Amino acid sequence: MSYNAPVRDIAFMLNNVVGLSNVAKLEGFEEATEEMSVAILEESARFTSEVLAPLNASGDAEGATWSEEGVKTAAGWVEAYAQFVENGWGALSFPVAYGGQGLPMCLSSAVQEMWHSSNMSFGLCPLLTQGAVDALAHHASDELKDTYLPKMVEGTWTGTMNLTEPQAGTDLAAIRSKAEPEGDHYLITGQKIYITYGDHDMSENIVHLVLAKLPDAPEGVKGISLFVVPKFLVNDDGSLGDRNDVRCVSIEHKLGIHASPTCVMSYGDNGGAIGYLVGKPHHGLMYMFTMMNQARHAVGVQGYGIAERSYQQALAYANDRKQGPTLLGGNDSEGIINHPDVRRMLMTMRSSIEAMRGLALECAAAFDVAAKHPDESVREASQRRGELLTPLVKGWSTELGVELCSLGVQIHGGMGFIEETGAAQHLRDARIAPIYEGTTAIQANDLIGRKTARDGGKGLGELMADMKQVLNELKASDDVNVKAVAARFEPAIAAAESANEWLLGQNDPTQPSATSVEFLMMHGRLAGGWIMARTALAAIKAKQEPDADEAYLDAKTLLARYYAERMLPLVESGKTIVVDSADSTVGLDIAQL
Amino acid sequence: MKILVGVKRVLDYNVKARVNADKTGIELANVKMSMNPFDEIAVEEALRIKEAGNAEEVIAVSIGPSQSQETIRTALAMGADRGILIETDELLEPLAIAKLLKHLVEKEEPGLIVLGKQAIDGDNNQTGQMLSALTGMAQATFASKVEFEGDTLKVTREVDAGLESIKVKMPAVLTTDLRLNEPRYAKLPNIMKAKKKPLETIAVADTGVDVSSKLTVVEVNEPEQRKAGVIVSDVAELVEKLRNEAKVI
Repeated sequence: MSYNAPVRDIAFMLNNVVGLSNVAKLEGFEEATEEMSVAILEESARFTSEVLAPLNASGDAEGATWSEEGVKTAAGWVEAYAQFVENGWGALSFPVAYGGQGLPMCLSSAVQEMWHSSNMSFGLCPLLTQGAVDALAHHASDELKDTYLPKMVEGTWTGTMNLTEPQAGTDLAAIRSKAEPEGDHYLITGQKIYITYGDHDMSENIVHLVLAKLPDAPEGVKGISLFVVPKFLVNDDGSLGDRNDVRCVSIEHKLGIHASPTCVMSYGDNGGAIGYLVGKPHHGLMYMFTMMNQARHAVGVQGYGIAERSYQQALAYANDRKQGPTLLGGNDSEGIINHPDVRRMLMTMRSSIEAMRGLALECAAAFDVAAKHPDESVREASQRRGELLTPLVKGWSTELGVELCSLGVQIHGGMGFIEETGAAQHLRDARIAPIYEGTTAIQANDLIGRKTARDGGKGLGELMADMKQVLNELKASDDVNVKAVAARFEPAIAAAESANEWLLGQNDPTQPSATSVEFLMMHGRLAGGWIMARTALAAIKAKQEPDADEAYLDAKTLLARYYAERMLPLVESGKTIVVDSADSTVGLDIAQL
Repeated sequence: MKILVGVKRVLDYNVKARVNADKTGIELANVKMSMNPFDEIAVEEALRIKEAGNAEEVIAVSIGPSQSQETIRTALAMGADRGILIETDELLEPLAIAKLLKHLVEKEEPGLIVLGKQAIDGDNNQTGQMLSALTGMAQATFASKVEFEGDTLKVTREVDAGLESIKVKMPAVLTTDLRLNEPRYAKLPNIMKAKKKPLETIAVADTGVDVSSKLTVVEVNEPEQRKAGVIVSDVAELVEKLRNEAKVI
């Protein structure tokens, strides 16, 4: 099944709704004009649909393979990655000083959607490299940066994140990997699991970022340090030297993303892998969070990226498949797309994807403003906004992504359950996204704790205020679809505010914890409604321009109305669940379960 | 040596072409437009010639509305050095295009002009040949292989009977066939650099070229829909239908 990147929809969201032009005003982002964004998106669309998309199904069927010599990726992947590097796609948002293009995160997120739609297993490799580059760029010494960043930015070396151990997943305090000082470096020993692209044959070198404990480490998460451990040691002249004492001992057999090797890594089987400390001792977890925020956002992009692919396939099938007379089509020769319920599924997919895309780009644009705005108070407020939206982008978009890919299977009927159709792969691939880089529960915990309780609801309050401003604009419109959006948006905001108030008034952490995922989903749906409301307003504004494509813009306002009518009432029911279901959730004794 | 390469903005090859409401042409409002695929091959060939050291400059030329600048920028992102747009909102015929190109040839004095053998909108396959006639330059059309031998080009052409090899003296007009090369993807840094490359715009009126239309389009219609097939009961019925209904035997 082919992939056709929705360049027009992405560009509309980026330029007309989120407002790339505001980001392009900032010093350092001047290159990111609307015209440039479209040129970049179009070429990215060509590359991803012609080079990456054709390897998606074959990569799934063949998978990555392990041997003593190392991990081999599926047929065609080495060549595709070489082309990816040659065309410079990995370097989009990296610092100019290390060979990147220095483009804003909102534009790079727009491009990355296409990596994951076309081939999520492939997209994971540059996603992880990006996280590693960010962590090094922010926290490593100049010497480490000069040694590793240029090649990683280029993509000829890839990066990994090594956090998890068999006994230490969510609880990183339990890690046992050790780092012993030896001269100018450390000797790392231990085992890491779930290491994405921990070994493969697509790059010259692999740069592992590894969490381990120093001999004098304090107990708990404050005793974790971060190390760079290259697969091949790097000589003083930058050339590759000896093989380091790190290897992949096996790869996992998984539900999805078969072509992305998930590795068990063993450090120090022959005395110790040579590693270099990043930043200060015992600060590793904090540094890793730099990488984590970026990676969480990127996984949220995967959530709707994979749903977009599923939508395209389901839409084509619904047009093609004929099964007797339909209510909307009339005669036997019309596709099942003419059944109202098939429309429901397609509209749910399409409108939700647009809402998630807009939210992810909005969040990225907030981080862009936080990075470059001259006014410190604006930088702070934008950072707060970006951090607040990150758990929504990650938690809500990945959960919804799975639901939408399931609808994609449903539209295919029995054919959807057959692997050869290809619809099932998207659902299998999508299923990891709510798990890795922090499960949905972790995102919900982040939202209610670090992002809400910690600042007394300041960030959330600012968001609600922005939403009310949009509500006022909606109310001023006489467009029938916009009025319908306003009618659902207003009670949804009120419901969310009442849930926020309830949350901030809780003293017993069990209560909010038991309903935190519902709190996250409720805010995700509402934020999606905020984006769709702005999309409707932007479409109406764009209609005033000469030669406007009315059919295209009218579709945007109707999608916003569908979203408001179908999704925003769930914010109200969500509030009821949030404030009044904790007791029954945890009410049974374990023996009764 | 300079190479002049023609790039036309046409309906994207992935878009299903539809006849417009008044049957005067194809519906172009709000549809995706891209570089003519044969012209992508022309740009690629020009770049390869330059990269092999046989040319110093590649100039991408388009004739069309101001949006054709995007098409030129695509050529610049692939690696062309500068662009020229002859701006017009009218749909010009091949002869007018050839005359305008001749105007540029006189101005730029290129050693080689590389054009797509045809554009996928009009399928005219005339501009290269007409330009050759107007300028008196040699023509090498439907090229599937191009080799340099001093100031001579050895060109393999795809013709009905197979492959024909010819030699032409430069300056010459070369038109590209589908199998000549596989066009490259633009690299991200080059997409960004393309914005800073020079792009000159010339109004048709300033060229002094007569671009008036010599043809009248009577009507444009979509091809007839393919009809459903029928199952015949025996060979006799098949022969009968072929003879009397299809009238092919």
